[in-house]
Amino acid sequence: MSSVVTPTPAPRRRRRTKLQRRQTRLAWLLLVPALLVVAFVAIYPLGKTVYQSFTNQQFLAGITPTKWVGLDNYTQIWHDPAWKHAVILTLKFTVITVSFEFVLGLIIALVVNSSFKGRGVMRAVMLVPWAIPTVVAAEMWKWMLDDTFGVVNDLGVRTHVLSHSQAWISNPSTSLGAVCAVDIWKTTPFVALLLLAGLQVIPTDLYEAADVDGASKLQQFWRITLPLLKPAILVTLIFRTLDALRVFDVFAVFFGNRLDTQSMAIYIQSATVGDGNVGLGAAASVFMFLIIAFFVVIYVTFMRVNEE
Amino acid sequence: MSSAAESTRQVSRPVSRVVRMRKSPVGRFLWKVPFWTLIALIFIYALFPFYWALRSAFTPDQALFNTPIQYFPHNPTLQNFRDVLGSSLFRHALLNSTIVAGSVTLISLVIGSIAAYALGRFRFRGKSSVLYLMLSMTIFPQIAILGALYTMFTGFHVVGPFHFPQLYDTLWALIFSYLIFTLPFTVWVLTGFMRALPADLEEAAYVDGATPLQVFYKVLLPLIAPGLVTTGLLAFIAAWNEFLFAVSFIQSPGKYTVPVAIFSFTGSSGNAFQTPWGQLMAATVVVTVPLIAATLLLQKRILAGLTAGAVKG
Repeated sequence: MSSVVTPTPAPRRRRRTKLQRRQTRLAWLLLVPALLVVAFVAIYPLGKTVYQSFTNQQFLAGITPTKWVGLDNYTQIWHDPAWKHAVILTLKFTVITVSFEFVLGLIIALVVNSSFKGRGVMRAVMLVPWAIPTVVAAEMWKWMLDDTFGVVNDLGVRTHVLSHSQAWISNPSTSLGAVCAVDIWKTTPFVALLLLAGLQVIPTDLYEAADVDGASKLQQFWRITLPLLKPAILVTLIFRTLDALRVFDVFAVFFGNRLDTQSMAIYIQSATVGDGNVGLGAAASVFMFLIIAFFVVIYVTFMRVNEE
Repeated sequence: MSSAAESTRQVSRPVSRVVRMRKSPVGRFLWKVPFWTLIALIFIYALFPFYWALRSAFTPDQALFNTPIQYFPHNPTLQNFRDVLGSSLFRHALLNSTIVAGSVTLISLVIGSIAAYALGRFRFRGKSSVLYLMLSMTIFPQIAILGALYTMFTGFHVVGPFHFPQLYDTLWALIFSYLIFTLPFTVWVLTGFMRALPADLEEAAYVDGATPLQVFYKVLLPLIAPGLVTTGLLAFIAAWNEFLFAVSFIQSPGKYTVPVAIFSFTGSSGNAFQTPWGQLMAATVVVTVPLIAATLLLQKRILAGLTAGAVKG
């Protein structure tokens, strides 16, 4: 039926009025400061990093003249076992922390979302770890994990979970778990808050209808909560993954430059600032950028597929 | 036929024992036990490390390095606080961090709100590209530009006719570089606030002959004041907590920011006896309490800002 009716021609919008043109000019004028800052602080340095990755740029450029070295930095990093180790360690860290934070965060969000007395207090409490600077949180945990006077060992031995005190941070087999513990503690509440925001958008009458139909709480969770929470989950996972991949602070506090426990960011920072080898650090940055981009692409395609 | 069969099935559906138990008064009480246990666990998990820092800050040194561990200080002392606040390193760090975080916040809010005005209240081509640019900047890995900024700050850097000033080892280096994560975030969130204002808000002002700039700071800015507070606080916290740039661009201890100063307590290694843990924990308490207080005070607004920055992205 509708195909028979010829559509009335839409009013021509192409010609822009004087007012519109003036508006456009003003809008761009207002954007100039912000765009200038972004260009200077982000885009120009990013281009410079890419350029530097092909040179032997040193921090003290006056001593070693900077020259083009082609792909030398890239091949050097590709064959550097320390870099490979850093990549693997960072990936392990990312997988462990993001999955723990997601599962724990979801549980906490579900608990806090149900109405009970003291919900406001609970939500405030959850913001505490988030507000503590990462370096400070890492120092707190470093002290709690101390091998002689740490409370974790004391509690563990008292409750007979541990047979004897552990050197959590210096022992290579527990060091990864130790850094993960700090990150999980600090970030889980944040994840929970993001998921909570997603939960609160789900209309309650869906659950009421499901109750009437006799769906169990578990069924409601799988069939209503999880599907409707998917956008919030994906955004949270993206943010967390990107954050975890560039982890620096906790590793710096716990291990300094210890070679067997470098994250990608630690490797880059110690090459750039510690050794003054800016070119090499830049090449590693480009590698890291590609790894991060890879994760973004995976998440975005996953989101697209789900939308269709 | 089918409806009758269904209704009988509905009625005769056996109510599971769990459900029956949950409905009785005793059952309702018992059902709540695991729930409240879970709440208590979350509560302890979130707060215990902070309690432990407090307890260690108030415990005298000789009791701190003694086993068995005291879970509550028997002879609480303020000595650790006196020591840490008496050290010029820490006092300078507090001042430096305030200067840096304050300036970054102020600059971001000024530039950001102007940009948000354009992005939130005007229709023009290229708007969504600018918004996407800002959004992609918020997930930008800062480490990727560390080396470039590092060489730019040495003072030997020339961009065309422009000689980049030597910022290395000055607070300016931090103020400049922190804009990379505070400004795009500020623009993004404030644009949301600007957009949420009613569409015909400016019209009356325009009719009265106000200029767009007047509309901006006399009509719109007061209305998004809550947004400015939230965004400002989040930007301030982000700048206050930043560590990577601060530890890379600052060399003299007198210019350390708080995270670097706290980091310098333990250094890269060292055993428990060399690290003044009591003082260190006192420092963490001093640094954290204002942040926690501000966060709790503005809790609702922070939640709104965080979710605007992340979930809607």
